[in-house]
Amino acid sequence: MCAMSPSRILSEVYGQAECVRNSNLKSFSDQIVADIYGNAEQITKHVLSKKESQRISFDLTIDNLVTSKWFGYPLMILLLVGVFWLTIEGANFPSELLATVLFAFQDQLTLWFQWAGAPNWVHGVLVLGVYRTLAWVVAVMLPPMAIFFPLFTLLEDSGYLPRIAFNLDHIFKRAKACGKQSLTMCMGFGCNAAGVTSCRIIDSPRERLIAILTNNFVPCNGRFPTLIAITSIFIGGAIASYSGLINALVISAIILLGVAVTLSVSWLLSVTILKGEPSSLVLELPSYRRPKFGAVIYRSMLDRTLFVLRRSIMIAAPAGAVIWILANVYIGDQNILSSVAHVLNPFGQLIGLDGFILMAFILGLPANEIVLPILIMSYLSTGSLQDYSSLEELRNVLVSNGWTWLTAINVMLFSLLHWPCATTLLTTYKETGSKKWAFLSFLIPTLIGFTACFILTQVVRFLGLV
Amino acid sequence: MKGAERINSLSDLSLGSDCQIVSLELSGLLRRRILDLGIVPGTLIRCIRRGPSGDPTAYMVRGTLIALRSEDAAQIFVRKLSNGEECV
Repeated sequence: MCAMSPSRILSEVYGQAECVRNSNLKSFSDQIVADIYGNAEQITKHVLSKKESQRISFDLTIDNLVTSKWFGYPLMILLLVGVFWLTIEGANFPSELLATVLFAFQDQLTLWFQWAGAPNWVHGVLVLGVYRTLAWVVAVMLPPMAIFFPLFTLLEDSGYLPRIAFNLDHIFKRAKACGKQSLTMCMGFGCNAAGVTSCRIIDSPRERLIAILTNNFVPCNGRFPTLIAITSIFIGGAIASYSGLINALVISAIILLGVAVTLSVSWLLSVTILKGEPSSLVLELPSYRRPKFGAVIYRSMLDRTLFVLRRSIMIAAPAGAVIWILANVYIGDQNILSSVAHVLNPFGQLIGLDGFILMAFILGLPANEIVLPILIMSYLSTGSLQDYSSLEELRNVLVSNGWTWLTAINVMLFSLLHWPCATTLLTTYKETGSKKWAFLSFLIPTLIGFTACFILTQVVRFLGLV
Repeated sequence: MKGAERINSLSDLSLGSDCQIVSLELSGLLRRRILDLGIVPGTLIRCIRRGPSGDPTAYMVRGTLIALRSEDAAQIFVRKLSNGEECV
């Protein structure tokens, strides 16, 4: 009896302590946080005087408009169309100018190579391969990026972007994803690799993974030139007046399709391999402020434009050399490029493309912006990347190679829905730390792209529309 | 402690009403995130606006606008403040 009691007392005390711990752990930690905030509040009251009532009412007025039932969505779509219209229209002239200057310099380079007595193949690899690809990538990519990124940064700096997440969250909620995914998608317009990195803003690991795997469904800067060129040729070009506006509308429609696919795939992932707790959202809506133009230019130019450009140049340069070699090494009477295209052709035809298009997409793995130039190069089989002086000329090249409006739509579809570029794949691998997810981020869009093009092509052919 | 106080969940608040946080019944990551933002027992909070489809809802907490989904807000319990009391 006597020996029992101390241990009984001990276990009783222990039991009570456990009881207290379980019931009060949360409120205890709450108390600590509340105390910390209480202290901070006291200090703030002493040292800070506020005159913000006017600003808050200003914020409320803007929010009443941009998050309203009737104006919220149209305003967002208007902004989207506006940004792309400015990018497309604004990039036209500088792109042409850059192309003229850079390709003129190529002739100068050729002269220097001849003067130095370099062998033909050295000139081929370095000038026709590397330099020409670089010139193309810079001419096609730099102007739209130099317009798009500052515009995007402007929206970001003004405080409007989180309102997009606020407006769209209920849609993402239905897809069991996080509303902040809309922001990582916006970033993806600039560059999917940057978009994948920006998924760090999403708190829950499950939703972050969904956002990473679906980021590729928003067309990035490298794919816009392809989309824009094909739209201008086959759709905007067909309706001469307002073609700029129509192009912007078509591009916006493609983007909306990408958004729809993003949402469906997000939902599909969250009911299959990424099943889990329903998601949550904690979103801060900052005050609106006047963007600091210096900072906007600095950040968009140095951090984004030059960063993305540098990376694509690093990838495009070796790719240019490889493509030139493929196009200029002959097996029998065909270069390697054409031989591969012939092998791919039956498969390409099945999904409404052709062997050359499919091969251009495969060779475009390092960087999406070189897809169209590779394609033109292989059509003309000139062995080096082509610049085209007018869209009309480009149209003739494509039509004479059997392009119809169905081919054009399929190429745009496939450009939207196909494997991510090598950089994005590498970034996905780094962000998720797993080869499995990186491979899945390759597989999902690829399967969807093939399926979508296949169904569209078969339906259109069955109906006899082409 | 007043006995007659009515405890509501944050998601039941009507627009424009002020209240004070009583307890948080959230758990895990979300709970930490909410605490980090200064939404702790005793904090004053005002319901500001709802999204175009009625969800999420934006609340003013300590001079910052923070949006929460209704499912999450339903697990935060608050005490409604009558007009005479301190506002946010």
